[in-house]
Amino acid sequence: MKAAVITFPGSNRDGDVARALRQAGATVVSAWHADHDLPAGTDLAVLPGGFSYGDYLRCGAIASRAPIMDAVRAHAARGGLVLGICNGFQILCESGLLPGVLMRNADLHFICRRQHLKVARADTAFTNRYHVGQVIDVCIAHGEGNYVCDEATLHELESEGRVAFRYCDAAGNVSRAANPNGSLNDIAGVFSEDLNVLGMMPHPENLIDELVGGTDGRGLFESLAAA
Amino acid sequence: MKARVTVTLKQGVLDPQGKAIEGGLKSLGIEGIGAVRQGKVFDIEVESADKAKAESVLRDACERLLANTVIENYRIELAE
Repeated sequence: MKAAVITFPGSNRDGDVARALRQAGATVVSAWHADHDLPAGTDLAVLPGGFSYGDYLRCGAIASRAPIMDAVRAHAARGGLVLGICNGFQILCESGLLPGVLMRNADLHFICRRQHLKVARADTAFTNRYHVGQVIDVCIAHGEGNYVCDEATLHELESEGRVAFRYCDAAGNVSRAANPNGSLNDIAGVFSEDLNVLGMMPHPENLIDELVGGTDGRGLFESLAAA
Repeated sequence: MKARVTVTLKQGVLDPQGKAIEGGLKSLGIEGIGAVRQGKVFDIEVESADKAKAESVLRDACERLLANTVIENYRIELAE
């Protein structure tokens, strides 16, 4: 597994996601937003968290028009894997690789804390080390994570099983009370139609070491490393 | 040619920022405020002096960057 972590001006979680991938056994290379091609042999393109272009205009809007994104779109169209975390998820939505948009959190607060997620499917390249219904403890750190799409798209996502994770409480109850940001149907992450693109607001790369309080994020990177 | 592009949230899209501003106005005691929706204004200098050409450039700019048409509408005004 060769993963290319793309850095945009304002990305700040590129180092962490690279570390998580390496720990899981992946080979990690760097890519720059102004590049026109992904490094040769890239299996997985990673759009890390951060504040690309200072969140100017709309979160992810300007990054989604960067030269490297044409290469990411072509990679996805060939069936290549793409992972977007937090700002990376926002970039994927803005680029049209995933439907919908991440709007301002319903309560307007930037929320930075631990958050439980329920794994919605475990038969994908991203989640095969988890099991369906598993509750994982990761982190969230965002001001714009309120997933919104039109009703037809929501129906499509739900009926095609394209929700990857939902916000839940420690006991695994998915509810409005456990939803930190107002996301439709408590959605924390979504897949593309062919399940080769995943966008998620939470940060699994934060929870890969007992030293920082948990390792529930490892499953995602171990799934990918084995893909 | 000078132009102004206004981007607003589509009807039905929740606008938590507009709601917060609405609350702020009410807490200032400003009477008579109904609902507030927040949008964006772009003042743009267009190179073309031809109105139709300028409008088509701006439309392209709106569709490809200035607005996210999943949630936003845009309006283009050209200075006379």
